[in-house]
Amino acid sequence: MHSDRASWGLKLGAGLGLAFLHLPILLIFLYAFTTEEKSYQFPPPGLTLKWFGVAWERADIWPPLWLSLQVAAIATVLAMILGTLVAAAMAQSRFFGRDQISLLILLPIALPGVITGMALRSAFSVMDIPFSVWTIILGHATFCIVIVYNNAVARFRRLSGGILEASSDLGANGFQTFRHVLLPNLGSALLAGGMLAFALSFDEVIVTTFTAGQQSTLPIWMLQELVRPRQRPVTNVVAIVVFAVTFLPILAAYYLTRDGDQTAGAGK
Amino acid sequence: MTSPATPAVEFRAVTRHFGSVRAVDGVDLTIAEGAFFAMLGPSGSGKTTCLRLISGFEKPTSGQIRIFGQDVSDVPPNRRNVNTVFQDYALFPHMSVRDNVAYGLMVKGVDRKTRLDRAEEMLSLVKLPGYGDRKPGQLSGGQRQRVALARALVNEPRVLLLDEPLGALDLKLREAMQDELKALQKRLGITFVFVTHDQHEALSMADSLAVFSDGKIAQIGTPEEVYARPQSRFVADFVGSSNVLPPDLTRALGGPARWSSLRPEQVRIADQGQGRGIVTSIRYLGAGSRVALRIGEAEVAALVPAGQTVPEQGAEVAIAFDPAALHVMEG
Repeated sequence: MHSDRASWGLKLGAGLGLAFLHLPILLIFLYAFTTEEKSYQFPPPGLTLKWFGVAWERADIWPPLWLSLQVAAIATVLAMILGTLVAAAMAQSRFFGRDQISLLILLPIALPGVITGMALRSAFSVMDIPFSVWTIILGHATFCIVIVYNNAVARFRRLSGGILEASSDLGANGFQTFRHVLLPNLGSALLAGGMLAFALSFDEVIVTTFTAGQQSTLPIWMLQELVRPRQRPVTNVVAIVVFAVTFLPILAAYYLTRDGDQTAGAGK
Repeated sequence: MTSPATPAVEFRAVTRHFGSVRAVDGVDLTIAEGAFFAMLGPSGSGKTTCLRLISGFEKPTSGQIRIFGQDVSDVPPNRRNVNTVFQDYALFPHMSVRDNVAYGLMVKGVDRKTRLDRAEEMLSLVKLPGYGDRKPGQLSGGQRQRVALARALVNEPRVLLLDEPLGALDLKLREAMQDELKALQKRLGITFVFVTHDQHEALSMADSLAVFSDGKIAQIGTPEEVYARPQSRFVADFVGSSNVLPPDLTRALGGPARWSSLRPEQVRIADQGQGRGIVTSIRYLGAGSRVALRIGEAEVAALVPAGQTVPEQGAEVAIAFDPAALHVMEG
């Protein structure tokens, strides 16, 4: 049943599937270097590096970029604190309604962003909270918490309760157990969760649209930019920046949790 | 100093309920200082809960636990002079073997040089010198067990608790570790309390043992006492593979009309004896053969030593035994 070699048909299919997924991304990179600024003409009439300079000079790019970084950073910090605390509670205690609450925690990421966005927008209006950077951050924190929670709770479950008890048995108080046993085993999962949360927040559009006031984050700025055909390749240059800022943390998170699995499983 | 008469561990009417489950149900227990004490019982009999009551990870619902005379009801696990070798060893996966062993000293604030020297001493004690730099993941099951032992002993506990310490090891390693643990306990003079469901392990290692059943102690005594004179059907059945004889058969074999036990190795196959039966099965065990006979409704097993004639299956034979070997039980 299980053969090491896939058939040619399967290989071709897999190749086409991957190409369909990834060629458009390569096209985005390619059009950052095109000399044609009004349309996406293929093949590009010529290649140039000038759009990087133009993007650097454009004053309207910087505020959205800073806003996005600021929102992602604060939302991630919030999520790391709250997500870890929730994960600790859910993994270590048994109480009535625990499974239902676990579902409720996961809900923000399962719900369509439109629903989350609408719900938050009407909640902010009802409470008379003016739309600002903070409403965007709160909106992003709702799904960032889930990402951190998911990473942390999986690690908590794998940490056999045994090693925490062993620490206490050997004379450590609660703080020493946290510092010497829990944190080193949880660290990489938290870092991975935080990076994923950051990446997710950085390119979020839907919830942001509903919760933002006058501000626009970088993805929203890009959306607006695509509608008016002026210096189009600049948008592609920004896209490369977004790609780097989101993809590198995800890649790092992948390697961190992969190594973490080996360390955490080693005690068994 | 406590007087030698003070028991290491004392349970007074200790009960631990989990909801409606009576995991430990009115246990009275005294473990002498320096004893190698076994808690034997099937899973769910309350033996592990009793161990956790001593280590402090469980609190009694009612009753009192004393360790060297001190009531420990309000003493958390980290402040009891008791250490545990956990069933799955629970070594810290992110620390080297040396740091694992030195952990107890580190959290007490012992300086780095002293604690690393002590860790190395402990590793020598458990025959793992030079393994300090490895990670637990790089060790075999038997080696991890030794590290867990060293890590617990570095604190110089007055009572060492072992939770199914040999359960995860293969047979040969298990037997070697049994001898080693026993020798180590003699040498250190520490009170060892260990939990097991393996009656051979309990009988061969312990000075005294308690047999647990449904949260209660079914019998407590030396291995010889528990093995030769079980107080109940449960003990006779669980400790060794004894014949448990119903009242009518006991009477037919020359005893009173009560439940009794009869060890297979004390039953001889003969031409004539106290009773007759049909051979229903023969199991070869290497050092002898276990011959099962049907006598009336009941089954009686006899252990025939190697070299003696084993009857054929279906043959009708007589069984003979020393009348004193028929042990009448209370329940």
